[in-house]
This record gives sequence, structure tokens and C-alpha cells, in this order.
Amino acid sequence: MDTREKDIEKLKDYKYGFTTDIENIRAPKGLNEDVIKFISNIKKEPKWMLDFRLKAYERLKLLKEPNWQKPKYPKIDYQDLYYYSAPKSMKDKPKSLDELDPKLLETYKKLGIPLQEQARLNGIAVDAVFDSVSVATTFKGELTKYGIIFCSMSEAIQKHPDLVKKYLGTVIPVTDHFFATLNSAVFTDGSFVYIPEGVKCPMELSTYFRINASETGQFERTLIIADKGSYVSYLEGCTAPMRDENQLHAANVELIALEDAEIKYSTVQNWYPGDENGKGGIYNFVTKRGLCKGKNSKISWTQVETGSAITWKYPSCILKGDNSIGEFYSIAITNNHQKADTGTKMIHLGKNTKSKIISKGISAGFSDMTYRGLVDINSKAKNSSNYTQCDSLLMGNKCGAHTVPYIKNKNFDSNIAHEATTSKISEEQLHYCQQRGLNPEEAVGLIVNGFCKEVLQQLPMEFAVEAQKLVGISLEGSVG
Amino acid sequence: MSEQLQSDFDKIVKTSNLSNEEIRFKKIFLDNFKKKGFPNRKQEDWKFLDISQIIKKNISDLSFFNDYSQSNKIDPSIFVDGLEHNKIIFINGRIEKIDFNFEDQNKIEIIDETKKDISLDCENSLIDLNSAFTDKIFKILIKKNYSLKKPLIIYHSTDDKIKSTNINLRLDFELGENSCLKLIDYFSNNTAKNFINIFYNFNLESNSILKNYKIDKFRNNNLKYSFNNIEQNNNSVSETFILSAGSDYIKNEINCNLNGEYSSAFINGIFSLKENQQHEIRTTINHLVENTKSYQLIKSVLGKNSKSVYQGRIFVSSKAQKTDGYQLSKAILLDETSEFNAKPELEIYADDVKCSHGSASGSLNEDSIFYLMSRGLSYQQSKELLINGFLLDVIEKITDSEIRNLIKNIIGVKE
Repeated sequence: MDTREKDIEKLKDYKYGFTTDIENIRAPKGLNEDVIKFISNIKKEPKWMLDFRLKAYERLKLLKEPNWQKPKYPKIDYQDLYYYSAPKSMKDKPKSLDELDPKLLETYKKLGIPLQEQARLNGIAVDAVFDSVSVATTFKGELTKYGIIFCSMSEAIQKHPDLVKKYLGTVIPVTDHFFATLNSAVFTDGSFVYIPEGVKCPMELSTYFRINASETGQFERTLIIADKGSYVSYLEGCTAPMRDENQLHAANVELIALEDAEIKYSTVQNWYPGDENGKGGIYNFVTKRGLCKGKNSKISWTQVETGSAITWKYPSCILKGDNSIGEFYSIAITNNHQKADTGTKMIHLGKNTKSKIISKGISAGFSDMTYRGLVDINSKAKNSSNYTQCDSLLMGNKCGAHTVPYIKNKNFDSNIAHEATTSKISEEQLHYCQQRGLNPEEAVGLIVNGFCKEVLQQLPMEFAVEAQKLVGISLEGSVG
Repeated sequence: MSEQLQSDFDKIVKTSNLSNEEIRFKKIFLDNFKKKGFPNRKQEDWKFLDISQIIKKNISDLSFFNDYSQSNKIDPSIFVDGLEHNKIIFINGRIEKIDFNFEDQNKIEIIDETKKDISLDCENSLIDLNSAFTDKIFKILIKKNYSLKKPLIIYHSTDDKIKSTNINLRLDFELGENSCLKLIDYFSNNTAKNFINIFYNFNLESNSILKNYKIDKFRNNNLKYSFNNIEQNNNSVSETFILSAGSDYIKNEINCNLNGEYSSAFINGIFSLKENQQHEIRTTINHLVENTKSYQLIKSVLGKNSKSVYQGRIFVSSKAQKTDGYQLSKAILLDETSEFNAKPELEIYADDVKCSHGSASGSLNEDSIFYLMSRGLSYQQSKELLINGFLLDVIEKITDSEIRNLIKNIIGVKE
């Protein structure tokens, strides 16, 4: 088979494995003050933003990469990465969708998110992040009517500096761990959402991330603020083309819910997982943290993790306001040589706070999956409760499934309950399905979807359908 | 600390007549310990309770010197009544008496292993400390097809002669095929502020049964660390019961390797803690072959300013199909200042297994208290009754009825 054929063969496995031929502007390779200044300069950022970055960079110099996680990976050379890469045609930002590079638009079509169509038909406002720069934000007019701000981070820094200044880095401080600090220093773009007081966002907001250029890291930063009594549901999807080398994705996502506000954040992550032999793929080291700042606020994370060579993330909730609620629903699927170390942290600080964790892990092939979670009920968090359930499903005896929960209860009024099980798909179930005419793969797909039902139900409609298909695709070839 | 370790070590070399060979072995361990020091919270296993800090805070003048040349008086008042038993008496770091009066002497062999090379490949620096400073190392061998008629009680005791000292004990047990040993560790410490470090090594041949009951009931101000390493062959059964109530600090660690098919391990524990106590149990069960089983049940009742930690790990290797593992930890927090931490961990590489764990913590159920009070009990009585029932559940798991009754009496729970 010649290389061309092989490439085509490869494409079959990973549907999003195409690259788009667009000229890129890149920052010089490597990480130093000049590169940070370059990024800040090209984005025409005000001085306070540059100071924020430089402060993070100073801190970064003192920090060491953590290595307590289960999946080990070869050392990343941070000087060998491009920290900024932007499609050239973006230099002068397009004013409307019609002005976009037609090739870019085609890329999105391949991804299944034709912006215009989506804008028209689905009524979802999309902010697409291509490599590091936010390309287009649809449905702007409709949102402005409600006073909702939904734009790229760079735009927010220019147009809404007060809000950004007030909230950026309050949930994930620049002094946080290594990857978060790295992001604070070099982040290039991302989404910014502000929902004003009392507004229920009329549509689902959505971002699509894609890493296109090679040897680039993607460092996006998302900030969502839900003011008093507001509600927003936010969707995030990710893909990347196939490359032999590993690519780093270290994003920061900060959510802030004020009094009576609710934020629902859903992710379908389908980064390129590497080939069957574990070569290539994305390192997905993301920091996601939500702060329930006001009374009666609620933050809910839902994630479907099927991609990436290594997934290492813990979307967390800090329940500071009294009566606040944190939720975490997760499906993580690893196949072939994928590794995942994921879970959540629920930190109860306020009175009457509640949290719920439902985690479903499925591992197949040679993969390794770890649920790692922390439930910490502070001595002041009277009458709080937590319920955790993590179930793992194993397919074959070459893979691993691990559960590492940390439970800290410092309050006698509070209850914590934790359950975990590990099992496999029983022969009876398979037999039953096959008897009724399903082939083994369909049968496994059906059973796995049933296993994940509790989480899939939490996803918004459009995503749920996609996620269900994804669950099936990810497990292809794992039976037999 | 390093200087003191060396000078105390030299003192021991002077006072006891050790052979050059022994000194050489011990020195290796001493150097290992000096390099590593006491474990601290940077190590994952010591995250919740940092022993190096606790020792620093409680025993600032910890001495490692122990005069092994002088024997200690045995105080018979510490003996357990109402149960005929064999004895090993361990006072102030010296084994004073090994007494198997009730048994067939031909079936039990006591081997002095002090001079043997006992080097162990171990990350744990406390084992190094133990090996460097322990006095005699005995191996107790139970021969094939012999079941001990009476249980063996090891009395751990200290008297006025000793204070702020590190005390070490190491015992090895080998249970031959088809043999049975019931072992009770009974702690009665009269003096305070010692750091007691116990290391048991069990080897269970096929079809053998080990039952180990660790009872630390009487309130004392000592710090203790106990490590049981259990190797299990085909069809062997180990049962461990831990009552963790008396000392200021105890960490009980059980490492169980299920090397033989159809072997099983059971660990049950009770924490009953009051003012300023900090206790921990850490269990590691390694399922290494097919068809093995393990079960752990740990319950805590936590009073004012107390803290209990349970770290339980179940490891299932890819060969260990048909493993059955279950783990449950529950805690009742009685006061605003009590704290319960747990880390129940599953690490599984085989697909045809049944493994689950659960953990729950909270206060006493108000509805249950209301129910009992509406039937005429006082608040205090209802509380006691509920706690009684909560703990009884664990005690009922003890398979030996005689010992079960003894432990019930010691703890003071009623049926």
C-alpha cells in the first residue's frame, strides 16, 4: 500500500483527521518573554493583560510539571512548541460570515458545523476556535438584544475590559498549577460569555475547537459569568487532525455563577486519539473550574471524553455560596492505547451545599482509565451532602480501570456517600441481544449506551445524538 | 536527628553483644533510614496523617536507644482472664517470654532469625527503622496439619523504665500446610510518649488459616505503627480484626498478597476515637491469581477533635480473573470537630471481576434517635444504642465465637 492509500485508510478511522491548507502566522518557536510580548502585541492587548501574562510567566519559572498522574508521557519540550498560530487571512478580522475564507468555512462543513446553516437552522450560537484564534461568532444580533455578551476572549479584552479584569483569574489564579499557569501566560483566544442579571439565555451557546497546524499547542481560555438569577447552557466540542507527533492542549475554563444563577457546561471531546499503536494524538491537559459564588447558584459539568491520547482533567466546583449545587456527569471511553485520568473535585465551603458525581468509565483494548476525585466538606459547610457513583466497564484483560476517590468529611452535619463498581458486559446480555438479531458490535453499543444513559440524558438534545454515535464509533473493533 | 540515630545505634552496639555480621546488616538499614527519614505528607500513603509531624509535635525528645541487656519484670495483672491461651510477652522492646504451654511442642518451632540476612526490598522507611533497632527476630513455625489448640496472645506492654523511646518488634510466622493460628495482639501500655513500631510477616501455606485480632483499647499517649505483610498460598484464609481505640496515634497497615488460587482475605476494623486521637488503617489487597476473594469492612465512631483515615486499595492483576473484591467504610461523626477521611481505591486490569467499594459518612440519624426516645429512652441511651448496633455489625464478622465474646466484653457492646 502506498502512503497515499494509507492516508486514506487512516482517514476512515478518524473522521476528523483532515488538515486544512491555510497559511498560518506563527509566533517564533519556544517560550520566553518575547514570545509572550509577541502574542500580546499581535492581539493589540492593553498593558494590564500583558502584565497578567508576565506575572504568570514569572510564576511558571518556579513551577515544576506535576507527575503524580497515572498515565505517564514522554517529557514535553516546551521550547519546541509554537505558542501562537493563526490563519493568515484572519489578520484583519472579518466583519461577517460572508467575509470568511471559504476554505475555513469548508473545514467547518467537514466537521459538521456549517456555521451559517447552524446559525439558521439550529438556533445555536457558535464561536469557533480554529487553532488559537476565534474565527466567527454567529447569532450575535439575537444575543445582543438580551444584553448577552458572547464573543472571543480577545474581543472581550478590547471591548469589555472591566468584566474581564474583574473575573479573569479569580477561579484559576495565575499561581495555580503548572499547566494552568502556562495557559495564563500564553493563552491566545477562547470564548467569553456574560449573561446579565435575570436573563435566561434563549439558546445554547457553543464553541468548536480545532487544532489544525502541526507542532502547535492550543491554549484557549474560556470565561463564563452568569450574573444574578441568570441561566446559560454552554456546549463545547473538540477535534484535531491526525499527526504522528503528540500535540498539547492546555486550556483553562473558568465559570462564575453569582446568586441564583445556573451554568450548564457540556463537552464532547473527540481530539485525535493516536493510531491503533498509540502513536500521535493529543495530550489533553485542561483545567476547568467553576465557582458557585452566590447563594443558590448551580454549576453542572457534563463531559463525554472519547478522544485524546491522554486525557488529564478534573472539572471542579467550588461551592462557596450557601445552598449552592455542583454536579458532574462524565462518560470517558478509552480504546487502543488511550489513557485517561479524569474526575472531579467538589469543594464544599458554604452551608447546605450539595454535590452529585456520576462517572462512567469504559476501557477497551490496551487502554487505561482512572477516575480520580475529591470530595471535601469543610467544617463550616453545615448540612451539606455529596453522592458519588463511579462505574467502570472493562472489555478484555489488556486494559485497566481504576478508581481513586479522596473523601474528606470535616463536618458532622454532612453526609457523603460513595459507591463504585467494576464489571464487564455479561455473556447473558450479549447473548440476549444477539439472539434478537443484533451483531456483536451493535449489541455492545446498545449495552454501553444503556450503561451511560444517566449521563447522556444530561446532554442537550443535539449533543446527545452525536455523543451516542461517538460512543459506538469509539468502541469499534474492541469486541471479539 | 541523624546524629542522634547514630549515637543511639552505637550505644546499642556497645550494650548488647551483637556479632559483626549483625552490626553490618543493621548498619545498612540504619543508613537507609537516615537517608529517607520518617515518612511525611509528600508521600501519597501518608497524605492524611503525617507521621513525621506527629512525632515532632508529640515526642520532641525521641530516643532510639533501648537497653536490651536487662530483662524486665512481668506483671501478671495485664493477662487476659477467662480464656486459656499461649503467651508471648513483649515488654519495653524485649521479648521476655514465649510460652506455648497448651500445645504439642513438636509441632511448633521457634527459630532465632536475628543473625539471618533479612534484607527486604521495601520503600517504607519505618521498616528500615525497625530492622536497624529491633532486638531479636523470631520466626514461629507451625508445622503441617497442626492447629493450635488455644489462641496465642502477644502482650505489648511498657513500664516506668521507658519513656519517649522508639520501640521495635519484628516477628515472622510461617503456617505450614493445613495449619491454623489464632493470634491476638493485646496492648496495655502504662507509660506515655513512646513510638512503637511493629512489623509482622506471615507466610500462609496452602489450606492454612490465620486469624489475627489487634486490640488497642486502653487510653494511652503512645504513637504506634503496625505493619502486617501476609503472603497467601492456595486455599488459605486470613482474617484480620482491628480495634483502634486506645493510643493517641496508630496506623495499622495490612498488605496482603493473594498468590494462590482460592485464597481469601478478610479485614474488619473499628475506630472508636475520642479527644485528639488520630488513627489510620491502610489496607492493600493484591489479587494476583484467579479465583481469589477479599472483603473489608471498616467502621468509625468519632468524638471530639478526633480524626480517622481509611485508605483501602484493591489491586487486580490481569491474570486474576474471577476476582471478588468488596470494601465498605462507614463513619459516624459525633462532634463538629471530628473528621473522617477515606481513599478507597480500585486498580483493576482484568475484565471478568466483581469489585466494588462504598464509603459513607455522616452524623447519627435523627429519625432513629427520635424513634428510640419516643419509646422512653433518654437521648444518651438512644445514642449509645445506635452506636452499639453500628459497631456490632463488625464484631459479628469475627468467626471465632470465643474470641468474639472476649472482644465484645472488652469493647463493652451488648447484643
